Amino acid sequence: MIRTLLCLIVFAQPLAAMDIVEVISPEGTRVWVVDAPEIPIVSLELSFEGGSRLDPDGREGLTTMMVGLLAEGAGERDALAFAEARQDLAARFGFRNDKDSVSVSASVLSETLDESVALLASAIARPRFDPPAVDRVRTQLLSAIDSDTRNPRALAGRALSETFFAGHVYARPSDGTRSSVSAITVDDLRLQHARTLVRGRVTAAVVGDIRPEEAGPLIDRLLAGLPEVGPPLPEPADVQEGGAPLIIPFDVPQSIAVFGHEGPARDDPAFLAAFVANTVIGGGGFGSRLAEDIREARGLTYSISTALSPRDQAALILGSVSSANDRIAEVVRLVEEEWTRAGQDGITADELDEAKRYLTGAYALRFTSNGAIAGSLVGLQRAGLPIDYPDRRNALVEALTLEEVNAAARALYRPDALRFVIVGQPEGLTRTE
Amino acid sequence: MRIFALILALFAAPLARGAEPGVTTFTLENGLQGVVIVDSRAPVVTHMVWYRVGSADEPPGKSGIAHFLEHLMFTGTDELSQGEFSRIIADNGGQDNAFTSYDFTGYFQRIGSERLELMMQLEADRMADLRLDPAVIQPERDVIIEERNQRVDNDPAALFGEERRAAQYLNHPYGRPIIGWRHEMERLTREDALAFYDLHYAPNNAILVVAGDVDPEEVEALAAKHYGPLPPSDLPPRVRPSEPPQRSARRLEFIDPRVRQPYVIRSYLAPSRATGDQDTAAALQILASLLGGGITSHLQRALTLDTETALDVGAFYSPLALDETTFGIYIVPQPGLSLVEAEAALDAAVQDFIDAGPDPERLARIKGQLRASEIFALDSQRARAGRYGRALTMGLTVEDVADWPAALDRVTVEDVAAAAETVFDLRRSVTGYLMRTPEDREGSAG
Repeated sequence: MIRTLLCLIVFAQPLAAMDIVEVISPEGTRVWVVDAPEIPIVSLELSFEGGSRLDPDGREGLTTMMVGLLAEGAGERDALAFAEARQDLAARFGFRNDKDSVSVSASVLSETLDESVALLASAIARPRFDPPAVDRVRTQLLSAIDSDTRNPRALAGRALSETFFAGHVYARPSDGTRSSVSAITVDDLRLQHARTLVRGRVTAAVVGDIRPEEAGPLIDRLLAGLPEVGPPLPEPADVQEGGAPLIIPFDVPQSIAVFGHEGPARDDPAFLAAFVANTVIGGGGFGSRLAEDIREARGLTYSISTALSPRDQAALILGSVSSANDRIAEVVRLVEEEWTRAGQDGITADELDEAKRYLTGAYALRFTSNGAIAGSLVGLQRAGLPIDYPDRRNALVEALTLEEVNAAARALYRPDALRFVIVGQPEGLTRTE
Repeated sequence: MRIFALILALFAAPLARGAEPGVTTFTLENGLQGVVIVDSRAPVVTHMVWYRVGSADEPPGKSGIAHFLEHLMFTGTDELSQGEFSRIIADNGGQDNAFTSYDFTGYFQRIGSERLELMMQLEADRMADLRLDPAVIQPERDVIIEERNQRVDNDPAALFGEERRAAQYLNHPYGRPIIGWRHEMERLTREDALAFYDLHYAPNNAILVVAGDVDPEEVEALAAKHYGPLPPSDLPPRVRPSEPPQRSARRLEFIDPRVRQPYVIRSYLAPSRATGDQDTAAALQILASLLGGGITSHLQRALTLDTETALDVGAFYSPLALDETTFGIYIVPQPGLSLVEAEAALDAAVQDFIDAGPDPERLARIKGQLRASEIFALDSQRARAGRYGRALTMGLTVEDVADWPAALDRVTVEDVAAAAETVFDLRRSVTGYLMRTPEDREGSAG
């Protein structure tokens, strides 16, 4: 019965009737807008290129700490008054950073839009960095740094960054170190605010109960007072690949392994083909080869996945898996075998068809809430993609040939370049330093 | 205060009792309950089947079987071979997953709306015709043990949580971890899974929730077509061993050098939305917010903003449980402060809150936020579907779900004070110290 119904499937699904409009604000900022009046809320996303890679040497963690203080007092309000004002408006603000950018997300009620934008604008342009708040956030950050020294997952991620990016700012931890965070002054915070929240480096999207012509002035209000230009961005990083597994001894029953090597940049013409190949070999949300073999058939792990990770100044393919200390060596061997097979033979025509059906159908699932749409629109702009990309993307996936995908797979999977970092007490793996 | 007045004006309209707009229900002859939530913003549907069975319904000695069965539900039926279920979903551009808790087990897919019928066909198939190939049992049991390693055994705070819960419940199976005790998980069998499946998986023990770009009448017709033919089964009464009167405060210490951050946490046995009336639960929910929800809460102001005693402090309450649930408070002390000192500071701050009584202005502010959160909730199809599924597995009704925001809105200063008076009963509490070294308890000498 189920098989008969299966026959009527399989065509590229249309995307939601989502009309993306580009507006240029009066002050010259490009904004992508989706007018979606069904729910009386407005969601917006801002991303400022720069992020923690702009931390000065010896002040690692400065951007993280600065971002953590944006909502801890701004304009006329101290931390408590700011929080109370935000509660009174029932506005939701989020501030975060990574090595490439500082991001601001907000969801606010249409009815309090004006006041909510004013409050958010004060956090973006006029944070106070009051000494009590600075002390409090510093103590919290130091505590997080300390906690991470006993967090196997954090240890693994940090060691992998240090391995890949030795000598580049990408190798430094976004949270900084005990000594670097302890050294941060209020002047450092003010300076870093001006260096990282730069109007000329912003990408913006607004989704919800708002008309396109209102979105530009709204974004201008949020960016008012920010500098136009920022410091130069660091040079691209060389990814240092290969080598024996790096083992970090840690007393846990299950070893955590992270692995990868250099991958295609987002503007590489073969990026989409590589993305499809990765979906088949190790992508999440899909019965990938690695998941089928290592989890389903052998029960060696609860989860294994790999993903392309194109950053602004280096691109990687990264994977993670965890398995009991006495079984992780087998997992590493199986990953290496699959890497070799994928690099030599690529994927099959059936696998390509399956991946296309999954990817084209599931694309619409990324655009189901205002907040998710705003985030996606900023991601597309940051990647340099055109405004009609959401409408064209499924056709681009459909058009990929097996030859194109397998050429990308051969370039992508390089077993000799693969580097593992393993935290735990793995058995049967040679320890290196 | 200008903004404050504005928000009060905004939300002045009273919330009416009845079903939420855009939400309809039906019940099939075989007992399957259906809830349909229309959300036409995207051509996407969330299809969920919730069973009124969770880890607290497991037989003694078989901890983890509810969750193990959840995994095995993906391994094949009379019509589908191993892995085919998820492969069909992926082939149709959908995503699927499942979850197990103390009181429920749920399965869901997110997919293009026109594939809803296929989802029903697949889910109805495995509601009645699961086939467990003996060959899948051992690898899948290894998978859940690796899941336990990942979620619990690798993390001292998670192990500590298991110990605290076991101490909180003297008799009720809420004291057992959802994923199971490791030594019992290792002995779970195919027969255990099938026995649990045969007893609990049936249309009259299931709730179907469909949210998305759908027509409610069409959903009901499709449900009747695919779930309707399944026979109901004789369900066992859903009665678990219950708690005797709790007469002594319990205290425990967990010492492990891998502890990332020492803290003190105390939980109290408390009524849930299902065991008591929703108004009592609503008062406890508001109490948790006033006392320890965010920077403006009493505990945060007293212990992080004013005195710099704590890195973090808060209160929590889980209103959705079939049986008695917990209310709790915790404090993560600043470096240099011992856990004994931190606990004393926390107790003093809670006492100050009780003595002074809840601040009416802060109560009004929290209510404004809660009303707004109902509007924000409309933006997540999956969360809306989940809200109904969870509540209905606890024996609550669709009207109870719709009335919950109003129940929160009805809470008065007196209700919060009364809730605090009742819930803070040390005899019904467990206080835990999570420590890296014994020195964390009272600080290093000198």
